[in-house]
Amino acid sequence: MGVATIGRVSRDNTSTDPKVRAPLVLPGNDYASITDKVCSIVETPRPPKAWYVAFCIAASLTGVLGAVVVYLITTGVGVWGLNKPISWGFDITNFVFWVGIGHAGTLISAILYLFRQKWRTGINRFAEAMTIFAVICALLFPGIHVGRIWLEYWIAPLPNQMSMWPNFRSPLLWDFFAVGTYFTVSLCFWYMGLIPDLATVRDRAQGKVRQIAYGILALGWTGSNRHWHRYERAYLLLAALATPLVLSVHSIVSFDFATSMLPGWHATIFPPYFVAGAIFGGFAMVLLLAVPCRQWFGLKDVITPRHLENMCKIVLATGMMVGYAYAIEFFIAWYSGNPTEGFVFINRAFGPYAWAYWTMVFCNVATPQVFWSRRARSNPWIIFGVALCVNVGMWFERFVIIVTTLSRDFLPSSWNSYTPTWVEIATLAGSFGLFFTLFLLFLRFLPMVAMAEVKAIMPAPHDPVRR
Amino acid sequence: MKPVPADQPKVWGLLAEFANPADLKEAAEAIRNAGYTRWDAHTPFPVHGLDHAMGIKPTRLPYVVLAAALTGAVGGLLMQWWMNAIDYPIIISGKPFNSLPADIPVTFELTVLLASLTAFVGMLIANALPRFHHPLFASAPFRRVTTDAFFLAIEAEDPRFDLAETKTLLLGARATRVFPVEG
Repeated sequence: MGVATIGRVSRDNTSTDPKVRAPLVLPGNDYASITDKVCSIVETPRPPKAWYVAFCIAASLTGVLGAVVVYLITTGVGVWGLNKPISWGFDITNFVFWVGIGHAGTLISAILYLFRQKWRTGINRFAEAMTIFAVICALLFPGIHVGRIWLEYWIAPLPNQMSMWPNFRSPLLWDFFAVGTYFTVSLCFWYMGLIPDLATVRDRAQGKVRQIAYGILALGWTGSNRHWHRYERAYLLLAALATPLVLSVHSIVSFDFATSMLPGWHATIFPPYFVAGAIFGGFAMVLLLAVPCRQWFGLKDVITPRHLENMCKIVLATGMMVGYAYAIEFFIAWYSGNPTEGFVFINRAFGPYAWAYWTMVFCNVATPQVFWSRRARSNPWIIFGVALCVNVGMWFERFVIIVTTLSRDFLPSSWNSYTPTWVEIATLAGSFGLFFTLFLLFLRFLPMVAMAEVKAIMPAPHDPVRR
Repeated sequence: MKPVPADQPKVWGLLAEFANPADLKEAAEAIRNAGYTRWDAHTPFPVHGLDHAMGIKPTRLPYVVLAAALTGAVGGLLMQWWMNAIDYPIIISGKPFNSLPADIPVTFELTVLLASLTAFVGMLIANALPRFHHPLFASAPFRRVTTDAFFLAIEAEDPRFDLAETKTLLLGARATRVFPVEG
């Protein structure tokens, strides 16, 4: 691409003309400029002011999280507003919410890889980082909600003082294996993708400390083609393994509910419904992070309007699947002829938690509909707004499922209502603090775009004139 | 390899730079056809067709991963059967002690876990990584290999290696420059 043509090429690569292959990296870039753009973010002595402001807020919230978790552990789970019959509230809502967020990262890194969706390369790195940090936040909640956390190792199949083994017929134990495996595999996948890019940062490092730190992290990568050969094969295998894994994780999370006998939970639609919701909420979170990041760190050439548009389309599609699941739940509640089931759903929509239900429906079903319009899909403000709405909506979805069912049991004498205490609200806010603290540190110290993968999908430089 | 006079620094090999992936691929074919064995290409990203040009045999990693996956599946099933049906039988909802359907989720997760860890660790072991010292790291131009440079490195240990002849071969294969690496 000659310099003269660059000025005439549109910066908008969202064209749907099937005759033209839209560029995945905007024109005017070569291998070196990609490295410069991505590496300068981690090399600059001073990140943008917005980074400092965001980091201060996030780190303070993480401090709050630490304090309330210590308070919870030293005092007991009574500091939460949970009691019979509502023994799950904010804790499990937050757990399911955060695990769900992670799913988009794995979908982008593994499923889109298997389907040869080359546009994934611009966004997969930070989406995978988002997965890791979201799963850390998710693991926190089951970790602290058990009360006596020092006996947590009883979950693992380890010999213990009671000479007992875990009950492998419990979905809660399946959950431990599913989320634990998910975290480990996501971490391997993410780190493996990082190795070549860490080597790039190592090779450009100026100071001794940076050279040694990135040198150790890059594991001595030399870009050897014999290494690339095994690396690519291992990456493909990990993608092939992560694909069924990610579908299994939220399915197993949904078994926590679906295998119980409670009305509103005991439904066969739960696994696909939960997986669609997880991808929906996760993509919204990727958009929520991508829109400001590409602005602040000058990555608009790599995370292009087309990337955002594609993600908006996925949000629209998965949002409609979620909407369909909401409708089918109601249909089955009526069609089953089970009066308790019917009552639970009428109560969800028109009972004391109707405000939460309609917030969920508005955020998850109504707002993504704006993405039918191409103008909305290419306006970062609208994308950010819808992504925010979807995240709120997906949190409320889990809240509605958990609380409406538990608060209206089979026996009216045991009905109750649930109000979170300040400790629960602070823990939720703190989990966002932890997530954003980790994410901001990632942006500061690790390459946020998979440079090697982006270069592999760029057109090769022209051959020099043959002699 | 011909003996090196004592007053010259020991040469680890020759490093040749190429302008683009297409030239590198052609050069790789030339080096392979010339019968070299201890050599490698170094690129910022995996170049399509380079494996074939270099004559790299497919890695056996997938078979190792398959073995790990089967170990995870069989091990997971045996563990749950032994723990819940043999060593400490627990009655849950009147279900049989050895209830296979309930064992599937954990079996699946262990299969994926073992296979994934094997793919990752197996790749590192097969590539002899981590390796924190390499003669190429001492070469300043080589630092651009992780940005935009395409290199071919031939080790002096290669039986066909000859400083002058190999250099001529590389230059003839359209290398933009060829220089020795000490080590």
